[in-house]
Amino acid sequence: MSDVSLVVNGRKVSGTVEDRTLLVHFLRENLGLTGTHVGCDTSQCGACVVHVDGKAVKSCTMLAVQASGSTVTTIEGLANGTDLHPVQAAFKENHGLQCGFCTPGMIMTSVDMIARHPEGLDEATVRHELEGNICRCTGYHNIVKAVLAASKTMAKGSKGRAKAAA
Amino acid sequence: MGVEGIGARVARKEDRRFVTGAGRYVDDMVVPGMKHAAFVRSPYAHADVKKIDVKAAEAMPGVIAVLTGKQLKGDGIGNLICGWMIHSKDGTPMKMGAWSPLAVDRVRYVGDAVAIVVAETKGQARDAAEAVEVTYREKKAVVDPARALAKGAPQLHPEAEGNLIYDWEIGDGKAVDAAIASAAHVTRLHIVNNRLVPNAIEPRAALGHYDKAEDHFTCWTTSQNPHVARLVMSAFYNVAPENKLRVIAPDVGGGFGSKIFIYPEEIVCLWASKRTGVPVKWVADRTESFMTDAHGRDHVTEVEMAFDKDNRITALKVDTIANFGAYMSLFSSSVPTYLYATLLSGQYNIPAIHANVRAVYTNTSPVDAYRGAGRPEATYVLERTMETAARELGVSPAELRRKNFVTQFPHQTPVIMAYDAGDYAASLDAAMKAADYAGFSERKKAAAKKGKLRGIGMSCYIEACGIAPSAAVGSLGAGVGLWESAEVRVNAVGTIEVLTGSHSHGQGHETTFAQLVAQRLSVPLDTVSIVHGDTDKVQMGMGTYGSRSGAVGMSAVFKALDKVEAKAKKIAAHLMEADEADIVIENGELKVAGTDKKLPWFQVALASYTAHNLPAGMEPGLKETAFYDPSNFTFPAGCYICEVEIDPDTGVTEIVQFVAADDFGNIINPMIVEGQVHGGIAQGIGQALLEGCRYDPASGQLVTASYMDYTMPRADDLPSFKVSTSNTPCPSNPLGIKGCGEAGAIGSPPAVINAVTDAIGDNDLTMPATPLKVWTALKAATRH
Ligand code: FES
Ligand code: FES
Repeated sequence: MSDVSLVVNGRKVSGTVEDRTLLVHFLRENLGLTGTHVGCDTSQCGACVVHVDGKAVKSCTMLAVQASGSTVTTIEGLANGTDLHPVQAAFKENHGLQCGFCTPGMIMTSVDMIARHPEGLDEATVRHELEGNICRCTGYHNIVKAVLAASKTMAKGSKGRAKAAA
Repeated sequence: MGVEGIGARVARKEDRRFVTGAGRYVDDMVVPGMKHAAFVRSPYAHADVKKIDVKAAEAMPGVIAVLTGKQLKGDGIGNLICGWMIHSKDGTPMKMGAWSPLAVDRVRYVGDAVAIVVAETKGQARDAAEAVEVTYREKKAVVDPARALAKGAPQLHPEAEGNLIYDWEIGDGKAVDAAIASAAHVTRLHIVNNRLVPNAIEPRAALGHYDKAEDHFTCWTTSQNPHVARLVMSAFYNVAPENKLRVIAPDVGGGFGSKIFIYPEEIVCLWASKRTGVPVKWVADRTESFMTDAHGRDHVTEVEMAFDKDNRITALKVDTIANFGAYMSLFSSSVPTYLYATLLSGQYNIPAIHANVRAVYTNTSPVDAYRGAGRPEATYVLERTMETAARELGVSPAELRRKNFVTQFPHQTPVIMAYDAGDYAASLDAAMKAADYAGFSERKKAAAKKGKLRGIGMSCYIEACGIAPSAAVGSLGAGVGLWESAEVRVNAVGTIEVLTGSHSHGQGHETTFAQLVAQRLSVPLDTVSIVHGDTDKVQMGMGTYGSRSGAVGMSAVFKALDKVEAKAKKIAAHLMEADEADIVIENGELKVAGTDKKLPWFQVALASYTAHNLPAGMEPGLKETAFYDPSNFTFPAGCYICEVEIDPDTGVTEIVQFVAADDFGNIINPMIVEGQVHGGIAQGIGQALLEGCRYDPASGQLVTASYMDYTMPRADDLPSFKVSTSNTPCPSNPLGIKGCGEAGAIGSPPAVINAVTDAIGDNDLTMPATPLKVWTALKAATRH
């Protein structure tokens, strides 16, 4: 057994876990953050993506003990109170989800993708970047649309903020 | 109505919980005292079970119990059944082999469960499962259905001699043979419809809870039809009587057919909960899903299509072998018969059709309905054959189809179905226009300049949805009726709850069903809640599959709304001292036409519950139930066009455009309908180019048992799709809805393969058309 302590969605948390405990299981079972899903056992589906120290990570590829000391954001920590994050809002507006099971991972991946492409995104890049997230419901069409829409909104938002700051 | 009623692109009401991670799936459920289960599964495709030694496992840390099939049988738990009786052409009933939820003396496929371990944690349960010592005596396995029928093949079930479950036929064989003998041209093809694994991204899961105080069971399960699960578990598996069993299917992460069936795991978890006295949760890992979810398709077919000298089809002859796997799953028998052969007329006038279907046991996972179920197989047979015929006859594939289209409705096919409405030429024209079909030869030339091979292919599909008229399916062998029920409750303060037997696992019922109510009662969408997925809340229901929720489920809501509306009008007329016939519903109010007298809904609702001043003899309350039994199937149809570009050096196929033109009748929410089409097309393209479930022919091992081995369509394998709809309303249900859930998966595989074969000039290509297969075909062609 090992002790882990980390910051999850802005809250300090700790626990004692079996050494083999994956980060995803720690989040789901110890913390009750069930928004992060498990869709496979080979780190292929991306349903479990969270942000660890600001980077998108498949939380089934990381032991809880490896994440000790990190700052983690899960899907539950993305919205600002009742205001959805622009990527969450874009998935809703563009019907980028059906059963919702892949959705948390898709959204966390997309947030990271948009952040890494401040220059903006095109369809081919979005499709390539989503390669590690499997969705069986949507055929990706509306997910791609949602990511492109969110990327535009966020670019405008940051310009707006930049102007306001200036 | 305006922005929120029928036909509006309303964003989904359920999405807020899903995008914030607040969805509640079975694996998210926690019950006090809950423990975890792991199954001990056969590593062999076929073996006798000689001995199960659980001692070492029982002594492992955290283990509460290790239970086997002998104990399960001893407690009287029944065998799994197939609920649709098919008779062979010699009149004998189908041969159903025994399927115990935990195998007792024989295992018949890799993954067949022999024991369950219950332990404190998931990890401990798995560790202990590995410590259960099972002594097997391995037997020869057979995975290929044609080989399973051959003399000397390993035999799976004593009940089914020669591994043959049934040998069934439909249509007029003599007329077909005569037409073929005198035909001007006959197109012949050997067609393989590859086995697929449904792969809903949420793995199957079950949480069984036996409450000793109440002597009552609760089962949380990943189900598309919780009421059917309760019915079958009570009636056949002796888990508990219906009044002692509650089944809850909360948020469910996709189904595609695979979550219709009642599997061994939910039965065993419920039983194990009673045995151990603790709630027992099991969640499949992905490899378990690959091994034990019911697979789809897996047909081998010989087809002959006869034409007269004017290129009109005169007959169709089909001979199909369907691989059922090791056991007969719940609706397996209906898939290659009444959901397949009855659709073999396609969109065409075919005077004579004959189909023969043999269903066969093999040492593979059970096969049952997967998105489309039988109809994709029929469409693939027909549309590959039409395209091939056009090539052989040297005519345009579009014009050959057009010439043979059914244009008069109703149209009785020779294989049971009576098409009620459609305009197949409209879909064909729309698709050709959207695809710029006329400009293809220029695009092909341009691609050739880049060293690429460009091809185009189409497919005109029809399907039978809105399943189904209960009496009709009963006469064909179904063990259930396929109506749907609804209850509409107008609460005392005017909010509305709709209880439906339909189940949403991605379809968006919380939005579309609410749109119907918003339209009919002229109330805001926000005041309407949809309740589903719980046998203790919803009266009864048959669930969601076969694109039936709109056509059948919403029609039940429609009928209940009729009753609510009638009663509300009576109350309003009484309160406003007006004539009932003068009451109209507008802007959330009940008004007396031509006056300024009006009452908001909540006042009428409140009056119905206070019951201080109701018309004489009227019962209090404003809550109505309806059961809707459809009078016919519905017949969505459309035309799909796929254009591909192939790199001859690598064999890689790129889909450069994909067009879908569908006729779904009336549409409640076009955004959701488009989403259904997108998802279906992706699964169809997956089948055509990427997905193939493979067993090792000698050992019967499942070779494709993870996402490393089974190629799921990913975002960069697919293009964006061009989808459109036209509308000939369905005449048989009050909403004119035909259904849209399966069309994409039905129409797309032949369009893709027709395009690939067009590009490479080799018609002999099986799905999935992987780069290796395409490259090999191209190499072979250049060697000639
Ligand atoms: S669960 Fe982590 S990638 Fe599938
Ligand atoms: S929305 Fe169901 S898997 Fe993506």
